[in-house]
Amino acid sequence: MTDDISAQVTEILALHQGREGALLPILHDIQAAFGMVPQEVLPQIAKALNISKAEVHGVVTFYHDFRDRRAGAHVVKLCRAEACQAVGADRVAAHAQNVLGIDWHGTTPDGRLTLEPVFCLGLCACGPAALVDGRVVGRVDEARFDALIAGVRA
Amino acid sequence: MKIYVPLDAAAKALGSDDVAAAIVSEAGRRGVTVDIVRNGSRGMVWLEPLVEVETLTGRVAFGPFEIADVAGLFGDLSLHAKALGQTENLPWMKGQTRLTFARVGVIDPLSLTDYATHGGLVGLRRALNMTGQDVVAELVASGLRGRGGAGFPTGIKWKTVAEAKADRKYIVCNADEGDSATFADRMLMEGDPFTLIEGMAIAGLAVGATKGFVYIRSEYPHAVAVMSRAIVLARAEGILGGSVLRSGRAFDMEVRVGAGAYVCGEETSLLNSLEGKRGVVRAKPPLPALEGFLGKPTVVNNVISLATVPVILERGAAFYQDFGLGRSRGTIPLQIAGNVKFGGLYECAFGLSLGEIVDKIGGGTLSGRPVKAVQVGGPLGAYFPRTLFDTPFGYEEFAGKDGLIGHAGLTVFDDSADMLRQARFAMEFCAIESCGKCTPCRIGAVRGVETVDRIARGDAAAIPLLTDLCNTMKAGSLCALGGFTPYPVMSALIHFPDDFRAKEAAE
Repeated sequence: MTDDISAQVTEILALHQGREGALLPILHDIQAAFGMVPQEVLPQIAKALNISKAEVHGVVTFYHDFRDRRAGAHVVKLCRAEACQAVGADRVAAHAQNVLGIDWHGTTPDGRLTLEPVFCLGLCACGPAALVDGRVVGRVDEARFDALIAGVRA
Repeated sequence: MKIYVPLDAAAKALGSDDVAAAIVSEAGRRGVTVDIVRNGSRGMVWLEPLVEVETLTGRVAFGPFEIADVAGLFGDLSLHAKALGQTENLPWMKGQTRLTFARVGVIDPLSLTDYATHGGLVGLRRALNMTGQDVVAELVASGLRGRGGAGFPTGIKWKTVAEAKADRKYIVCNADEGDSATFADRMLMEGDPFTLIEGMAIAGLAVGATKGFVYIRSEYPHAVAVMSRAIVLARAEGILGGSVLRSGRAFDMEVRVGAGAYVCGEETSLLNSLEGKRGVVRAKPPLPALEGFLGKPTVVNNVISLATVPVILERGAAFYQDFGLGRSRGTIPLQIAGNVKFGGLYECAFGLSLGEIVDKIGGGTLSGRPVKAVQVGGPLGAYFPRTLFDTPFGYEEFAGKDGLIGHAGLTVFDDSADMLRQARFAMEFCAIESCGKCTPCRIGAVRGVETVDRIARGDAAAIPLLTDLCNTMKAGSLCALGGFTPYPVMSALIHFPDDFRAKEAAE
């Protein structure tokens, strides 16, 4: 691990010192800083929280949000849950995978775009719903999906 | 000119940010001064973005609003192409009894002045003049039951925590609203966050807890932002902190963000997650009320339960419990979603029939095709066929039909839905989201997908096997994830047997 990364982790750990149940907030900050939770930072976190590296690893791998590699430049999340299914989410998802040539969790070869499933964005009365780089979008049909993709790829 | 443009995520998803920006720029071009208030949503999602203009006779609504409709706001409003009339007079609004959601969509969510003008803090002030015991008694008398879905009496839970002896106690708000078709928690946190803060402060005073957490799912970035900001504002005004409203009694709280695990909506799993552990379910007992967060007595309540506390304290238990039917007292924010014409949030007393909700309020399907099934209570809720549309909306009433009301979300499906596919999805979802602690859920869900696939291939012998597997999961799972996944699966199988036969015939 480079000194630079280590220094950044130290800074993040200091922010959460003494906090009850600090691990999730720490991991969120780590991912915000590095775009992923790098394996090499786990020992440093473990040491700071006085838990084993295995425990940190267990937590990182339990939650869907934490990545072990960086996502593409843009992340498109499509809702797969029932309310969106009722208005064609499966069809839109198949279209998305087809157009991008990738499966769930895949990144396009140019590294521009990652496609992820999400189970409910709370936009159940205006589905199918999507989250594009943190921006919520409702009523996503095939045409709107294509427009979204064109937008982030431009 | 005061114009309301919602900041609710559903409104944003349908373009409200662009509308707000367009109004500002058009006003600038015309030299008109406008005061844009970013309010919560009124709950009429099919009309979002719903823009409102304050007039001498009240607020007038326009929607669904598009950029092209902006110029019309500066002319004769009654001639506007999207004019809907006074917001309060719209049928959707008039039919409701808004208690928990009284201020949502009405006020600026981050204005404490607005909040106080609309009845905010009255409940907390009253609670400060009562003993903790009396506050708990008021909650018990109100008949309020857990709105997260389990329906446990909120007051009884508080009583257990209040009577527990410990050096520290906690209030944990479960805002891990992961069920599809539910968005009441999100709408409340985005539209009236101070209500939740007030409810949590009252809970803290009642049971002797000084610290609270709101555990919000990461899929709700806007709710996280509004809630976090509201806490800072409430602290600055002395509503939170070392001396709540100068009472000398302390209560403070913070937001914690989940990390994409559905099972963390289960209270013990949520507590583990809050402690920084894997979101694995804990065996009960011990109850979280006695050994919860960090082993200390903890109230774990859903957002809607806690956000209903202020109105109960403000208007009294008798007022609240006067609404409802049977043992389901008060009001319930119905969330009508999926393939439905008029989707959104509709708060009313318990007791409407499922048919009234879906056909009358929801207006039937969006596609115009017949309603085939309604899943009530999220991914762990049963699929109801039309023949059960006379079921009144209440905890016991739905349980009596082998279903549940859950967090009161309803997903409408038209006749193009394939119920075998929905049953398969329920098992698939359980397999993806299982925490892995208990065998019936961890392995049962995987076997469930395989068994449904066998049925799809025409193997009728797999049907009794699926039934058997569901019984095992229902009886043997540690929590509702494995224990309730059989609801959607079995209801699909029982009420829609043709969908489990059709493929057989096609072979």
